[in-house]
Amino acid sequence: MDVLTTAIVEAVRNQEQPTKTVLSSLLAIQDAMGYIPKQSMEVVASEVPNTTVNDVWAVASFYPNFKFEPRSQCTVEICWGPTCHIAGAMEIFGEALNVLELETEGKTSDGSVELDFNTCLGACAQAPVISVNHHLIGRVTKNTLKDIIEKSK
Amino acid sequence: MDLVTEINMFESIASAASERWNDLNSGSKPWIRIGTALCGEAAGSKNLLPKIRSILDDLKIDANVSEVGCLGLCFAEPLMDIQLPGENRVFYRNVSENDLEQILTSHIKDSKVNSDLAFLYSGDEDIEDVPRLESHPMKAKEQRISLRNAGDIDPYDIDQYIANGGYHALNKALFEMDSEAVLNEVKDSGLRGRGGAAFSTGIKWSFLASNNAPDKYILCNCEEGDPGAFNDKGILESDPHTVVEGVILAGYATNANYGYIFIRHGHDGPIERTKNAIKQAYEKGLLGDNILGSDFSFDMEVALTGDSYVAGEETALMEAIEGKRSMPRYRPPFPAQVGVFGKPTNINNVKSLSYVPEIIRNGGQWFSEIGYEQSKGTAILCLSGALQFTGMIEVPMGLNLKDILYEVAGGVSGDRNLKLVQTGGPLGGVLNADNIDLVLDYETFRNAGAILGSGGIIAADDRTCIVDLTRSLIAFCQYESCGKCFPCRMGMSHLLEVIERICDLEGTDEDLDLMRNIGENMQAGSLCGHGQLGFNPVASAIKYFPEEFNQHIIGHTCLTKVCNNQRFSPTRTRR
Ligand SMILES: Cc1cc2nc3c(=O)[nH]c(=O)nc-3n(C[C@H](O)[C@H](O)[C@H](O)COP(=O)(O)O)c2cc1C
Ligand code: FES
Repeated sequence: MDVLTTAIVEAVRNQEQPTKTVLSSLLAIQDAMGYIPKQSMEVVASEVPNTTVNDVWAVASFYPNFKFEPRSQCTVEICWGPTCHIAGAMEIFGEALNVLELETEGKTSDGSVELDFNTCLGACAQAPVISVNHHLIGRVTKNTLKDIIEKSK
Repeated sequence: MDLVTEINMFESIASAASERWNDLNSGSKPWIRIGTALCGEAAGSKNLLPKIRSILDDLKIDANVSEVGCLGLCFAEPLMDIQLPGENRVFYRNVSENDLEQILTSHIKDSKVNSDLAFLYSGDEDIEDVPRLESHPMKAKEQRISLRNAGDIDPYDIDQYIANGGYHALNKALFEMDSEAVLNEVKDSGLRGRGGAAFSTGIKWSFLASNNAPDKYILCNCEEGDPGAFNDKGILESDPHTVVEGVILAGYATNANYGYIFIRHGHDGPIERTKNAIKQAYEKGLLGDNILGSDFSFDMEVALTGDSYVAGEETALMEAIEGKRSMPRYRPPFPAQVGVFGKPTNINNVKSLSYVPEIIRNGGQWFSEIGYEQSKGTAILCLSGALQFTGMIEVPMGLNLKDILYEVAGGVSGDRNLKLVQTGGPLGGVLNADNIDLVLDYETFRNAGAILGSGGIIAADDRTCIVDLTRSLIAFCQYESCGKCFPCRMGMSHLLEVIERICDLEGTDEDLDLMRNIGENMQAGSLCGHGQLGFNPVASAIKYFPEEFNQHIIGHTCLTKVCNNQRFSPTRTRR
């Protein structure tokens, strides 16, 4: 078994909770590796009883938080929930595209930063909210956004 | 073991916990608490922790430093408080790294409360020029049941929960009440589900209780996909044990033996705190085989879902726990007959279950005396948007929404006017500023075309364009349709197309009727509430803002100019 596959198997087997399913295994892989390598489908199908590779793909393709390529060093999520929308999320998103020279969500041309939407980061009282490398930052403005991204790169 | 030693088992746990609590409050060390729930984190509170510790080191102060959950005053985060042994708790608002040294030095080293820095206090002694916590508008109308410990105790420490009356209800239920008596208290309380549908919790439990199958499940729903709502996560982050105890009590009342607390992946605060709470409950013998030496056994774990709004729907949630795509199932069979893993199951929202320990401790009658006609108890509301005070409050049902917005939340921030309120999540509705004279009550809200739902209340001022906001809500519903029922999947996409056209000021006279037609088909042809209620945002927006739609469609103008701006939303259709 190659190194990557071994790591995937370990991630699946190291799950602490008693109930281990296709979904929980995929989440465990994503947590451990940051993304879902292709080999995961076969691994999960063989580790979870009565599961086919098709079953695993069905689940993996359904939840948009699953990523199938290695993540960038820096991940930025911008909340577009209604509270953040009212507080200027569109402007923030537009500025993020500017700063990162992107047309839409995704990776920058050098691959260093990855931009995503989030439907609600759960800190609505601090809108507009973004998350940088899984760390929440509230009351973001167009002006502070650039600094935040530069510092986190 | 006889009954007496069994009760002593909890008594010794409880007295050890009280001792620790007393030591924290009036022992020899100052106690510093700082909110690190999602609201605190977003305001930077986690960055303050190492700084606090290093300043304390420099000043050679030996203090207890605890991370707590959300006190509710999210607008004031980072919110830190200091309590010298046996003295008042003094709160400091919007604390920055630069303030820390001054606050810690003056308060702890010099034992002086600097009224320029202090925000509020609680405790027995008056402090000159500093208002009492209870006098703050956000606190003045509160009655805390579910949130009784939020912001006060360290959610990682089970002893602090126990010392404040935690697990006393479980002990009482196990040794003084049979399961039917517990069920009856919940029925008598009049508690209705806080997850959206407002169904009687006691009656729901009785469906499961009457099923004699050997394996039965209790599911606690913290999917909380409603943007604008953070109270479920807030409760789990602030006081996870009240939910753990509530789930165990639900299990005892219905004779179930396994519980899942279901949380969306990615919200690490609530997930870690809940996992830790379950682990601690096992260690104290409050979960597992023969709880506290009784003959009742119950197990529990946390289950996670991927990003999916529909995963919060009860049957889709069961699919997700089974590890599949979170798509709703046909009903019947209902969950109490065939639920998760094919076994009888009961599902409740976090807030619903969080009340149960206090209901059992104080009796159903006590709870039923709080609140309003058919809506008993309290409402746990998330106030966000264009308000002076944003945060999480728990107030008796029956208060007026207008008072909540203008008094509790301090009115609209800045020199602006309130334009609209969006309630009950994306499937809920909007109200205009002239129609907010409503009491907090499920029926009153429903009759007004809004939903009280899970308690999210988003206020917007006159800079917001209703058509653009509705577009954003429909974009959310389109993105989140699970794709199983095509009237929902296609209907949402079609609705989005039409409303985008209206935002582009290219709508036609037929568009409103077209949207109504799509809405009717979605309602008739969808399995779950997502499609059935998915037209609500449009329906209520048209109802309360007909002129603004006409300005867009007939006048081809957006007076707020919001529709001239660029807009972005993720594009994806699940199928
Ligand atoms: C699309 C959709 C999403 C839902 N999301 C949630 C949710 O996030 N949390 C929740 O408690 N209930 C949610 N519900 C309601 C649940 O189906 C269910 O009614 C509720 O969890 C029952 O708990 P209660 O009786 O305590 O309210 C959702 C319903 C629908 C149709
Ligand atoms: S709406 Fe943006 S954090 Fe909730």
